[in-house]
Amino acid sequence: MTDRYETLATRLDERFGEQVTLVPSTCGEITIEVARSDLIAVATGLRNDADFGFEMLMDVCGIDYLSYGKAEWATSSATGTGFSRGVEREPVILDEAEEFDPRRFAVVYHLLSLQHNMRLRMRVYTGTDNPPIVRSVVDIWNSANWFEREAFDLYGILFEGHPDLRRILTDYGFIGHPFRKDFPLTGNVEVSYDSDKGRVAYQPVSIEPRTLVPKVIREDNRYSQDLKDSGNG
Amino acid sequence: MAEIQSYTMNFGPQHPAAHGVLRLVLELDGEVIQKADPHVGLLHRATEKLCESKPFSQNIGYMDRLDYVSMMCNEHGYVLAIEKLLGISPPIRAQYIRVMFDEITRVLNHLMWLGAHGLDIGAMTIFLYCFREREDLMDCYEAVSGTRMHATYYRPGGVYRDLPETMPKYQESRFRSNKEVQRLNASREGSLLDFIEAFTEKFPRCVDEYETLLTDNRIWKQRTVNIGVVSADRAMQLGFSGPMLRGSGVAWDLRKKQPYEVYDQLDFDIPIGTNGDCYDRYLVRVEEMRQSNQIIKQCIDWLRENPGPVMLDDHKIVAPKRIEMKDDMESLIHHFKLFTEGYCVPEGEAYSAVEHPKGEFGVYIVSDGANKPYRVKIRAPGFAHISAMSEMVEGHMLADVVAVIGTQDIVFGEVDR
Repeated sequence: MTDRYETLATRLDERFGEQVTLVPSTCGEITIEVARSDLIAVATGLRNDADFGFEMLMDVCGIDYLSYGKAEWATSSATGTGFSRGVEREPVILDEAEEFDPRRFAVVYHLLSLQHNMRLRMRVYTGTDNPPIVRSVVDIWNSANWFEREAFDLYGILFEGHPDLRRILTDYGFIGHPFRKDFPLTGNVEVSYDSDKGRVAYQPVSIEPRTLVPKVIREDNRYSQDLKDSGNG
Repeated sequence: MAEIQSYTMNFGPQHPAAHGVLRLVLELDGEVIQKADPHVGLLHRATEKLCESKPFSQNIGYMDRLDYVSMMCNEHGYVLAIEKLLGISPPIRAQYIRVMFDEITRVLNHLMWLGAHGLDIGAMTIFLYCFREREDLMDCYEAVSGTRMHATYYRPGGVYRDLPETMPKYQESRFRSNKEVQRLNASREGSLLDFIEAFTEKFPRCVDEYETLLTDNRIWKQRTVNIGVVSADRAMQLGFSGPMLRGSGVAWDLRKKQPYEVYDQLDFDIPIGTNGDCYDRYLVRVEEMRQSNQIIKQCIDWLRENPGPVMLDDHKIVAPKRIEMKDDMESLIHHFKLFTEGYCVPEGEAYSAVEHPKGEFGVYIVSDGANKPYRVKIRAPGFAHISAMSEMVEGHMLADVVAVIGTQDIVFGEVDR
């Protein structure tokens, strides 16, 4: 991590104190986590304070952490059962869930400061609410408008105070939020032309969802520093 | 006479000036736009969701299909993000090749933009001129990757292969006479670098031709000057990047400000506009083509003198050569492993941005330590630009909508993803 980023980290800590949590960085980038209730205060500070001056919001995206770190295959070692079948998971009907795991949905903001030439990533978890909800930052950065619409469309995250929260990428009348991890890759409905009705009709998909990914061994020691040092890696 | 109320009109999705599948719902007062509501998503293919189900290296092909007129720049953003997570950087020769092809791609993109933008607002000839030069650049793509568009040429750890020593040649057929074939093959006798060099020699004169057609053209100016004006403050507020931001007078270019690969060792200038209208953005892009030409020349000179590897030698990430694979047991195992399960990328998250011809193309990858990305978010420059459509066309005439769509350089492959 360069000096400038260390300075930024210190300043963030001094200015916002309890409101922001610095996440251990990977790849020399700075990530902060902000509580949902502090979002607007922190965002306004980041934009307006001369020390930060993040005048551009480059990106807003939703993330669903439902299956984070979970393997899709039943074996965890390379031997024994070999290529096993994919894990069959119970379908989770989320829209009926009373409340979510508080760290399930997150909204990630990528900020850019032109004057200081710095980037910052800000993550807000949406808490247990169903549907997940956070405050909109459209008034602070106007570019958030469509990015928030996209996160709403794909993840069903509501943005309180957004002027025009409509679906954006999916079809008119689409049901569900397709980028959630419990939404199957094949979708739920397929379309075909119904010659009797004389129009295109929707019906449930006729293909089974499968695990298409090759087997993954997550307990992978290829990158283990010990092995590299010993020359066996 | 009855008072005319504001009038709602549908534009697209099937409209020759909609640059693909844009549907605009326009509210008009007479012929003056009061509000524009772009409906996008007609080309949504869920690229990001598909990426979540495939090993890292198999997703590179999806990137070509995002912005399908600047293919290699998309790949670059994605490949850089993976390299950031893996903590590797490609050999220097690969970096020069990437920069050279990024700039070839920029010229390709700007030529497509110039031709289509001209066609949209009534300049027919420019389209034919631009496509004449595009053809040569497409041939460069073909020579280096085997395909003219969806190259899949950049790989984590370098580029797929070194620049070829021969160029594919035209052959005589009943559509092409011997004389024409000889003319077309004249610059194809040497290596790819010779061919690109010949192109860079003639290209500045081609740009002069475009400028003769347009820059002082009275009709062109009437259609673009003071149309779609965006102030510098608004451009930043709206998340603009690339020529859209520079046209408004903000000197911001990632190649200079946050250099990646070898851009910090190359000599080039960043053109900026002053008024932030369609005409300034036109001037910025035309100058960018000249600057790209300069960068390509510098890369050619370097590449001629510095042979070397174009791919890392780490077979945990990079597949071994096919010849090695045929008679070496270990290479065969590496090959099999890489093409079935790929490689695991350490847990973490990375955002890498490149100066794409249209603006900042960012790829945000979250990895949970598996052999496929947990989440890929593609920050497409066009998405931010088109979200400002309403603001840019308000108060303009209906015909100016087409000029604004053109100046934003919209391609729906990246907007809808």
